[in-house]
Amino acid sequence: MKRICISVGVLLSLWRAGYGQTTTEPAYEKRKLKVEEINLVSSYYQQDGNNSAVTGGIGTEHLTDFAQSLDLVLKTTDRRNRRHTITFDFNIDHYTSASSDQIDPLTVSSASRSDTHIYPSIAWNVHNDATRTTRGIALSYSTEYDYKSYGINVNFAKASADNNREVSLKAGAFFDTWKAILPPELRPEGYGSGAHGDTDPVDYKPRNSYNVSLSLSQVINKRLQVLLTVEPAYQQGLLSTPFHRIYFQDGAETVEKLPGSRMKLPIGLRLHYFMGDRVVIRTFYRYYLDDWGMQAHTVNLETPIKLTSFVSVSPFYRFSHQTAVRYFAPYSQHKTTEKYYTSDYDISGFTSQFIGTGIRMAPPGGLFGIGHWQSVELRYGHYIRSTGMVANSVTLLAKLK
Amino acid sequence: MNLTLSIPKTTLLAGLVLLSLAGCTTVKEYQKSRINDAEMELSARKSEKFEQNFYLYREGAAGANGGKSGGGCGCN
Repeated sequence: MKRICISVGVLLSLWRAGYGQTTTEPAYEKRKLKVEEINLVSSYYQQDGNNSAVTGGIGTEHLTDFAQSLDLVLKTTDRRNRRHTITFDFNIDHYTSASSDQIDPLTVSSASRSDTHIYPSIAWNVHNDATRTTRGIALSYSTEYDYKSYGINVNFAKASADNNREVSLKAGAFFDTWKAILPPELRPEGYGSGAHGDTDPVDYKPRNSYNVSLSLSQVINKRLQVLLTVEPAYQQGLLSTPFHRIYFQDGAETVEKLPGSRMKLPIGLRLHYFMGDRVVIRTFYRYYLDDWGMQAHTVNLETPIKLTSFVSVSPFYRFSHQTAVRYFAPYSQHKTTEKYYTSDYDISGFTSQFIGTGIRMAPPGGLFGIGHWQSVELRYGHYIRSTGMVANSVTLLAKLK
Repeated sequence: MNLTLSIPKTTLLAGLVLLSLAGCTTVKEYQKSRINDAEMELSARKSEKFEQNFYLYREGAAGANGGKSGGGCGCN
């Protein structure tokens, strides 16, 4: 928590200094790209459990993750009166994972005892009031010790004449490369460990993801609006994790093996209702199925309550239930005759609950005398899974305008 | 993919949405003070960003919630 506060404080100081310079700009430059909004998000997450996939479905799942995000939104209007929005999003998280330390405890603890994950993205959107359309493109990159990902997304949206309805279409692709690090006892002769300084070769495997999202939003009346989203996705390549161990009934050991493709179909419905003058009811439901045999239902309810004109609290509750993929079995339960096998409890059958609350402050004159610091939000949640895993998450968001 | 089981649920969802649309009234811009409230935005909150990431890693189901649906490992 202390680290979160310090990092947000440093970023705020930088922002304040930067803003001081922009106030001297002459009025005729109003078509220049201007900073519209900055969001700083810091988060700390920790989990614990006893079903690590690295050790075949048993062993510690202890993990901590400290994440930071900075998104910068720039806006301008061109000569044809179209609004351009450019969003830079920079994310970095540092995690420590006790189970990953078991990949190769003797030589390659660097293979992921702790790691830093960096994932920036840039998005450009153009909105045309005359045609009520928005077009955009986004590029993303992600890197960690054994994984790299390049992504591209395009989007198009058109609103109705009364702006009460909007249809949007998004399409995206991610092209990933995975350095296949194997547990030491399962490496073929001459196969490298993947550690820095090890000159023996390791395999690099692709994993590509494609998705299309079709959404329809509708204002129902002065207090109610809904959003329906259908987002089919297809993945191909190495979808198993090469350092997840499998132990068979006869005691033999190998690594996780899953099909080379996966088709997913999630359908989401969001419904937001403004009740009275102070309470907003935000609901979300998702139905999910895929061709690995998993079905899932997820329900989320959040009720922001405006205590005063600038303070609100937002208690929330999320419930999710999923069935196991057909290739899952616990430790030492797989048979050697099976074609595919996993003991990863993340794709087993379970129910999960996430409960917590957020508090948001947005005083009219800005926070702590800083006029541009529009709001701050602190959010805490406790996650429990029927497999025995528990997690806690705390997030601090600062918004500057 | 076996879509047989999903058809009743998909139909139910589509039916609910159609019923909602049938009950729509035209809302003028000046009547949208509540609809335009920041808390009414039809997307996940910014402060949910990292929560959506851990759902993606710790659960098998993903997508249709405005969060990430691909790219990156999530294998730790």
